[in-house]
Order: sequence, then C-alpha cells, then structure tokens
Amino acid sequence: MRKLSHPDHLAEWKRIIQEERPAYQKVIAVSSGTCGRARGSLQILETLTQEIERRKLSDTVGVEATGCHGFCEMEPNIVISPEGLFYKKLEAKDIPAIVERTILKNKLIPSLVYEDPATGRKYPRQREIPFYQKQMRLLTENNYRINPERIEDYIVLDGYQALAKALFDMTSESVIAEVKASGLRGRGEAGFLTGKKWELCREAHGHPKTIVCDADEGDPGAYMSRGLLEANPHSLIEGMIIGAYSVGASEGFICVRTEYPLAVKHVTLALEQARKHGLLGAAIFGSEFHFDIQVVQVAGAFVSGDETSLIAAIEGRKAFPRQQPPFPAQQGLWGKPTNIHNVETWANVPVVLNKGAEWYAKIGSDKSPGTKIFNLGGRINNTGLAEVPLGTRLRKLIFDIGGGIKNNRALKAVQTGGPCGGCIPAGKIDIPLDYDTLSQAGSILGCGGIIVMDEETCMVDAARYSLNSSSEESCGKCVPCRVGTKQMLEILNRITRGQGEALDITRLENLAAVMKAASLCGLGQLAPNPVLTTLRYFRNEYDAHIREKRCPALVCQGLLPEKKKAKNTRRPETGRKAI
Amino acid sequence: MDIEKILKESGTSQKDLVPLLHKIQAAYGHVPPESIAAVAKHLHLSESEVFGVLSFNRFFTLAPKGKVRVTVCQGTACHVRGGGRIVEEMEKKLGIPAGQTTADKKLSLEKAYCLGCCAIGPVVVVNGTHYSLVSPQKVDSILEKAKTAE
Ligand SMILES: Cc1cc2nc3c(=O)[nH]c(=O)nc-3n(C[C@H](O)[C@H](O)[C@H](O)COP(=O)(O)O)c2cc1C
Ligand code: FES
Repeated sequence: MRKLSHPDHLAEWKRIIQEERPAYQKVIAVSSGTCGRARGSLQILETLTQEIERRKLSDTVGVEATGCHGFCEMEPNIVISPEGLFYKKLEAKDIPAIVERTILKNKLIPSLVYEDPATGRKYPRQREIPFYQKQMRLLTENNYRINPERIEDYIVLDGYQALAKALFDMTSESVIAEVKASGLRGRGEAGFLTGKKWELCREAHGHPKTIVCDADEGDPGAYMSRGLLEANPHSLIEGMIIGAYSVGASEGFICVRTEYPLAVKHVTLALEQARKHGLLGAAIFGSEFHFDIQVVQVAGAFVSGDETSLIAAIEGRKAFPRQQPPFPAQQGLWGKPTNIHNVETWANVPVVLNKGAEWYAKIGSDKSPGTKIFNLGGRINNTGLAEVPLGTRLRKLIFDIGGGIKNNRALKAVQTGGPCGGCIPAGKIDIPLDYDTLSQAGSILGCGGIIVMDEETCMVDAARYSLNSSSEESCGKCVPCRVGTKQMLEILNRITRGQGEALDITRLENLAAVMKAASLCGLGQLAPNPVLTTLRYFRNEYDAHIREKRCPALVCQGLLPEKKKAKNTRRPETGRKAI
Repeated sequence: MDIEKILKESGTSQKDLVPLLHKIQAAYGHVPPESIAAVAKHLHLSESEVFGVLSFNRFFTLAPKGKVRVTVCQGTACHVRGGGRIVEEMEKKLGIPAGQTTADKKLSLEKAYCLGCCAIGPVVVVNGTHYSLVSPQKVDSILEKAKTAE
C-alpha cells in the first residue's frame, strides 16, 4: 500500500480506491457498535454474509459492519443502499426473506419497516424516519457508509482533505484564526472557545507541546464519544493532527476508558493505518511536520475525565484534579503546554476547515455554533444518539426526534449534562439547548446527556440518586466536594426516608454555596446542580416529603402508605426504588 | 508469564505504570500484592505511589477474581430502568454482595457506572458478552450461562 508523500496523492488514492472497489449493486450496512452487538448484530452480520454467499451474490451485494447509526432503540438494524432502506429489530430468521424479497426482488417487508408509534405511519427509508429526518448530522451522517476498520472508506468520503488543506494551504496561525472565527466551543463540559484555547497553547512557552483527546467518558448516561470512536475514528484523528499542526505539538494521546474495548480496538487500528499511509508519524504528507498519537487506556473513574486529572493519569499518577490556572494549555503534561479536547470537539475540526468558518458559524445559535450530539435516555421512546444544531429547543429533541415519553405518560423533568446537571421542569420544555441558556436555568449542557423523567419519578429521589453518584465519584482531594457531597447525600437520604426537618432545605442551600465556590474541579462545583434545580422547580415535593411525610410520586419506600408498599414490591419492573 | 518478563518488556518511566499494571492484570487476572515492590523498583517509584494508582483505578484489583466476571451497570440510564433491582437479584441468587467472588472462586459480581449502552439498559456484561434490556426474570438464565462461560 502506498505512502502519501504529497498532498496531490490524496485525490489520486481516492480515485484508485473508487476504481478498485467491487461494483456492488447493493450494500447492506449492519449497525454494529457496542449497543448493536449487545442486541445481536454480529449474528445478523454472519447470517447475512452466509446467505449472500450461499446464493452466490457476493459479487453484487456487499455486507459491512459499521459503527452505531444512533437509533439504538431499534437495534439490531440495517441500512440497504442505494435506496437507504431501514430494517429494524432484526432476528436471524428474518435474513432469508430479506435477501429473497428485498435484495433480489426489490420488495419491502412491511413487518421490518419502522412504524411511528404515535401516527402508525410506516417509513421505509432511513432518512425519512422522524428520528433521523429532524436531525442535522454533520458528524454522524456518514456512520452507515464507513467500515471503521478501513481507512479507505474515510478517504472516499473526502477524509484527510482538511488536513492537506491545513498543512499546505494555510499557516498554523490561519488555521487557528479559522477555528476561532467558526465559534466552535468545547463539547466536553465548559464550552470554552476552541480557537482561543489553541491560541493560548501556541503562545505558551515550553516544548514539546502535546495534544490530548479526552475519551474518558465517565458521565453515566452518555456515550457520544464511544459512538464516534467506534464509528468514525479517523474524523477525530484528523482533527487532532490539524490541532497539533496549529499549536506546534509533536505528540498526542487519546485517552479511552477501559470499559470501551471496541473503541480502543477501532482507534488503535485507525492510528496504525494512518501511520502506514504517511498521515501520521514522521513527515506527514511528505511535509516537515512530525506528529504521532498513542492510545492510553484510563482505568475508570468519573473524575479522571477532568482535564487536569487526565494529565495526571497519563503521567502515571493518581488521577486527581488540580487547581486551575495555570491552564493545561499553558502548563499541562509534564509541565508543558497541552491542548485537551473532547472527542466531539476534535471531530468538528475537519468539518470547520472543509466547509469554512463562515458556513459553520451560521449553524446553531449565535453564541453556540455548530451541532451537538445528544444522548436520549430514560423514559423516552426513541433512545439513542441524536445530532442537532445547538440552540434546538428541548421540545423538538424530546418529542419530534425522541418520539415522546414512554407509555404516553406525562413529562415531568429532563436532566441535562449528567449527574452534575440540573433538572429542567416540563414547563420549560421550550428552552433552547445551548451553553448559556442552560446554565442560566441552573443546569449545564455538559457532554450532552439527556435523561427524561416522567410523572412517576420522585424529584427528591432523583436528586438523591445524582448526589449518590457524585459522592461515590468524588476523588476526596478537596474538602468541599468530599464532605459536601456526603453531607448532602445524607440529608437527602433522611428526607426520602421520612426523617426530613424544616431546616434541611437551608442546610442544602448552604452546602451548595460552599461547594460551588470552593471545590477544586467541576465535579464538586457542579454536583449541587441537581439539588438546587429540584429545589427551585419542585419545591413542593420537598415540602411534601418533609412536612407531610408523603412522597407524591410514590417512589420513596419509607414514605409509602402500607397498601402501596405491598403493591410496589409486586411490580418490580417500574424499578424506581430507592438505593 | 512471570513478573520479571513483563517488567523487562516495559519502559521504566512513571508514565509506563498504568500500561504495566494492565499487562500484569491481563496475565494474572489480578495484580498480585507481592508484585508491587518489583513494579516500584522498576519504575523508580515508591511502593505507596504504585499502590495509590492501583487502588484509585476501579479496574484494577488486588484480590484474585473469578474466571467469570459478571458486571451489572448502575449508571443513571440503567438505574432509571431498574438496574438496581438486577444487582439485588444477582446478589440474592449468588449469595454474595457485589464486589465479591463466590466461595468456589469461579464467579465475581461487580457493579459498573455506565458501560456506554444506555439506550438498551439495564445492561449486564459477562466476560465481554453484553446482555441488554435485562429484567429480574432473565437473571437466572444469564447466571446459568455465565457458569459455563470461560
Ligand atoms: C469530573 C469531570 C469529568 C469530566 N469528564 C469529561 C469527559 O468524560 N470527557 C470530556 O471530554 N471532558 C470531561 N470533562 C471536562 C474536561 O475537564 C475538559 O474541560 C474537556 O475535556 C475540554 O475539552 P473541550 O474543550 O472539548 O470541551 C470532565 C470534567 C470534570 C470536572
Ligand atoms: S447507564 Fe448503563 S450503560 Fe450507560
């Protein structure tokens, strides 16, 4: 295989790949991310391949394993190109009919077609299904066209062209200017301006500089990083190389959780392939720019996703956060300037360069341009990953894309941004999802987790659950977080057991104020959010627990009337018991 | 595989610590406490530093674990869908609390906080095989299969 030593080789390689590709009449993409595999997609893949071979169709029909397409609720599913047909929730026994009727005779199998539960309408094509049709998929659209184990699939879709453009048509400064002008903000947590961070890092003294991709997605209920790593690893690698060129870095790290073995596999393979083709390592594209990336497996703690903790983890120390400033962009790994971004941020960089800052800045809202991948979870019909422009209203995400609340129950609240995010009440469902509006409402955008709660959720219990999570994850280095989360949890435990006191509300508020002001890292600063927002929007539920010793949602075991108690244990499926 | 051999293949700076611990755990199923001194010496660290990193990272374990590792997700999404109930059921059926290994040393029960498949929770993983949409009724058959897993 060839090594690219000149930017023109890229177009040539693309042409060769296209010529040498088998001329399939149809391609079946089997969604095979971790979620698909958990639902049996590999068995579907194997049965399909056997059936195609048995019928001697291997020359005309291709079968590919791709990453997740986002509609995880419908796994295992396939997309048949060129028509873009979508078949859902497949079983191995469906395969012979699919080949016989759909592949050979172009006939639909109605039972496998997606049906909108609300309207009963059937949608044979993937792009027409409301879940997909209402999204804007800048980063995830190509997922069903890419076999993540093959760099060629990325090249055919104009992969690495942004890198060639950056290296040969632009200076480092002009790349930074372009990223700044696009208004791209970090997708990890704080939403800091990406270009500004690059500038800081470029201007900082110290060599060698480093680039880090934060894929230590410890935020329970969110897996967009995993989705991108598994489905399109080259997109973020390309972004990282461009970033390295801009800030002048020679070494990079991708830090992936040990819990994500498939992501580790795909990224490692992608790096090897990029290196083999001269896109990574010494003399990239034959230029004088050298840069290489290593994968680091971080062995799991939520707090190690914080950038200063991640630095400690790479250095081989305990993943404790430290005070900022100095920012990692100034003093990071081994005390040298280090540029850290979330997976999704890196994957946005090639898009910005390919489409131009002006185009990019027009997408989304004024101060939050671009798209964001949200993770729809909890009591919602269409769980999965959905990409929409920032500033999209929560209602659209929950009802138009998410298909509404499970079992037609009423929406009560939505927790955004993981266990450190606040709960937005149903009354604020028209809130635009962007960094600033969410923080005004007492929550965060975070990395895009959305947990939907219905009328059967007790908000005090929900706050208690989040605090339980934060107190377990607190690393213990700083007192406000270590003791604060614990004290808050104990108070909430008491309230949900029916032993709350009138003073508890003030105690919670005081603790929250101290934690927000004095915690070392985001974990402690944000952990009070679920409590503060539930106090703000659901004060009546706290009052019912404390004054009336009653849990209105009938969740808190200690506060149930005797009859209900018996009934609840008979219905374990509702599952919302106190831990 | 003996420790000396693993050490020889590893670098000697502090950043090699975590990869080294991964290798040791892959070879032994756990990090044997007696290996800490050797690792510390190899990397020019104190034993307490090695122990600190080891005990901070949830993935590493000093105690031997069973060949079969059953991990039940307790992340937010799985919790909302009844993941807590699944752990309880497993604990009851196996007669051990989460975090421990059965008396015959064959099976370890563990909790995780999000395995990245939130859409299809509650999720249980048995030696790399994922089970999704797990209900308490499915626990028996999962454990039955787990006992025969290698
Ligand atoms: C407790 C804690 C956990 C975090 N976890 C993650 C994470 O899993 N992924 C991530 O990209 N950023 C995480 N962050 C944010 C990082 O510190 C950092 O802000 C981010 O990686 C910067 O990337 P961005 O510029 O792309 O947003 C976490 C922060 C805290 C305080
Ligand atoms: S919360 Fe269980 S897989 Fe994410």
